[in-house]
Amino acid sequence: MQVERLSVQFGQQQVLRDISIDIPAGQTLVVIGESGCGKTVLLKTMIGLVRPAGGEVRFEGRALSSMRERDLAHLRTRYGFVFQGAALFDSMTIADNIAFPLREHTRIPAAEASAIVAALVDEVGLPRSVLTKKPVEISGGMRKRAGLARALALDPLLILYDEPTTGLDPIMTDVINELILRVRKRPRVTSVVVTHDMHTARKVADRIIMLYPLFRLAPDESQIVFAGTPDELDRCRDPRIRQFVEGRAGNRLVELHDEQSLEERP
Amino acid sequence: MDATTDTTETQQPPATGGVSGWFADQIANLGEFAMGRVVAIGDVSIFSLKTLGWIFARRQRREVLLPAFYQIGVMSLPVVALTGLFIGMVLAVQSYAQFKALGLETRLGSVINLSLVRELGPVLAATMLAGRVGSAMAAELGTMRVTEQIDALECMGANPIYYLVVPRFLGCLVLIPALTIMADFMGVLGGYLYSNLLLGIDYHHYWENARAYVDAFDFLMGIFKSLFFGAAIALVSCHHGFHCGHGAEGVGRSATNAFVHSFVLILLLDLFLGIWLNNVHDFFRPEGPRRLL
Repeated sequence: MQVERLSVQFGQQQVLRDISIDIPAGQTLVVIGESGCGKTVLLKTMIGLVRPAGGEVRFEGRALSSMRERDLAHLRTRYGFVFQGAALFDSMTIADNIAFPLREHTRIPAAEASAIVAALVDEVGLPRSVLTKKPVEISGGMRKRAGLARALALDPLLILYDEPTTGLDPIMTDVINELILRVRKRPRVTSVVVTHDMHTARKVADRIIMLYPLFRLAPDESQIVFAGTPDELDRCRDPRIRQFVEGRAGNRLVELHDEQSLEERP
Repeated sequence: MDATTDTTETQQPPATGGVSGWFADQIANLGEFAMGRVVAIGDVSIFSLKTLGWIFARRQRREVLLPAFYQIGVMSLPVVALTGLFIGMVLAVQSYAQFKALGLETRLGSVINLSLVRELGPVLAATMLAGRVGSAMAAELGTMRVTEQIDALECMGANPIYYLVVPRFLGCLVLIPALTIMADFMGVLGGYLYSNLLLGIDYHHYWENARAYVDAFDFLMGIFKSLFFGAAIALVSCHHGFHCGHGAEGVGRSATNAFVHSFVLILLLDLFLGIWLNNVHDFFRPEGPRRLL
C-alpha cells in the first residue's frame, strides 16, 4: 500500500497535509500521535471512507480514487477494519455479526459459515457462549475481540486497527496486543495500527510513524515528525517526540489556554 | 473552531461600518442561507435517487425486509387505528350541532366519511407514521452513524443505502396505504358509532348518504396521496439519520428534525396533490362535485 502526498480537508479545516507513506506487504506499521492529529482520518482515507482533497492512496498499485463504487466494495473485502468502538451491529447477535462479511460476499453454506465463525471466536479467545448474545450484553474487551474476529472473517490482506486498546484494562490491552501479533504471523498480512498507547506501539510495530497536529506546525514542516523503528524512536531526541513518548504535559496546559483565548477573541 | 481557521478570519479586511456595511452583511447572510438550502435539497435529491437506484439494482433479502416491514407496518397499526377511531368520533361531535340546526343530521355520514377518506385518514396515518417510525428510523440510523456502524458496513463492502435505507423506504411505501385504509376504516366506524349510539342518527339514512356522496375516487385519492407521504417520511428520516451530528445531542436533533421536516413535507404535498387531484377529478367529471348540502 502506498500513500502519496495525501491531503484531507473538512470544510475550512485541513487535517492531513502532504502525507506520503509506503507500506510494504507483510509489514506492521504503527501510527502514533496525540488526539486530533488526524490518525483516524488517515486510516479511513486508506479504506476510501474519507475522500482526500489531494494526493492518492494505492493498494497493489491501483488508485482508490479512480475506482468505481463496485470495485471499491470488492477491494474492501480484502481489508479488515477494527473500529475504535468495535462498531458491531447491535441489532444482530455476535455470531451474525462475525458471519456478516461471509454472508455478504461468499456463497458458503450456513453450516460451514458457523464453523468458520466458531473458529474465529476461538482464535480471538472468546467463549462460544457469546455467539448468541447481542453486542450490548458483553463487555468492552469482548466487543473489541468480536470486532477483530469480524474483521478477520474474509482472510484480509490488510488489517487496519483504529485505537484497538483504547478504554481497556492493562491485561485486556496486552491480550489485544498479543492478538495483533498473532494476526501478524498470518502469511502476507499487512497491518496498520493507529494508537496512542506506547506499549502497543513498541510491542507490535515493525515501523512507527508519528503524526503531529497541523495547527501546531509551521506551513512548511512535514506532518510526519518521526518515521523509523521502535528502537530509533527511543533514541530520537526531538522534544515533540520525547514529550509524546514519555507522556509529559509540558507547557501544553498553557498552550491550550492560549488557543482557547485566541478562539474567544471577537 | 481551531487556531488555523481563526487566523484566516483575522486576515479578512475589517467590515465596513454604516448602513451599506449592514446591508452587505444581510445580503451575505441571505446568500449563505440560500446556498445552505440549495445544498440540502440537492443532498436529499441525490440520496433519494441513490435509494431508487438501489431498489432496482439488487433484490432485497427476506430476512432484512421482513423485520423492517414488521416494525413499520404491524407495530404502527394500533396507534393508527386508535387515532382514526377518535378522529371519526370527534368529527361527529363537532359537526352535529351545525347539521342539526339545518335539520340535516343524517348527512353526517357523508361529511364525516368524505373528510376521512380524502384528507384526515391519509394525513393522520402519515403523521403517526412520521412520529412513530420516522423519528425512530432517524434515531436508529443516527446512532449507527455515531457508533461507526454505517462506516463498518461500508468497510465490509456492503452499501449502507442498499442495506439500511431501501428496506425502510419499501416498508413505508408499501405499508402506508394499508395504514391509511386502517385509519379510514376506524374513522368511519368511530363516526358511525358515535352518531348512531350517542346522537341517535338512523342507521339507514346515515349509510345511504355516505354511499351517495363518497365514491371510489375519493378513497383512491387518499391512498394515492399516502404513497407520496410514505416515500417522503422514509427519505427525509433516513437522510437525517445518515447525516447525524455528533453524540447523543446529534441523534436527538436528527430524530426531531426528521419528524418536523417530514410533517412539513406531508402538509405541502397534501396541499399540492389535493389541488392537482381536484383538477384530475374535474377533467373526468366536468359536471363538478356533487353538492353535499
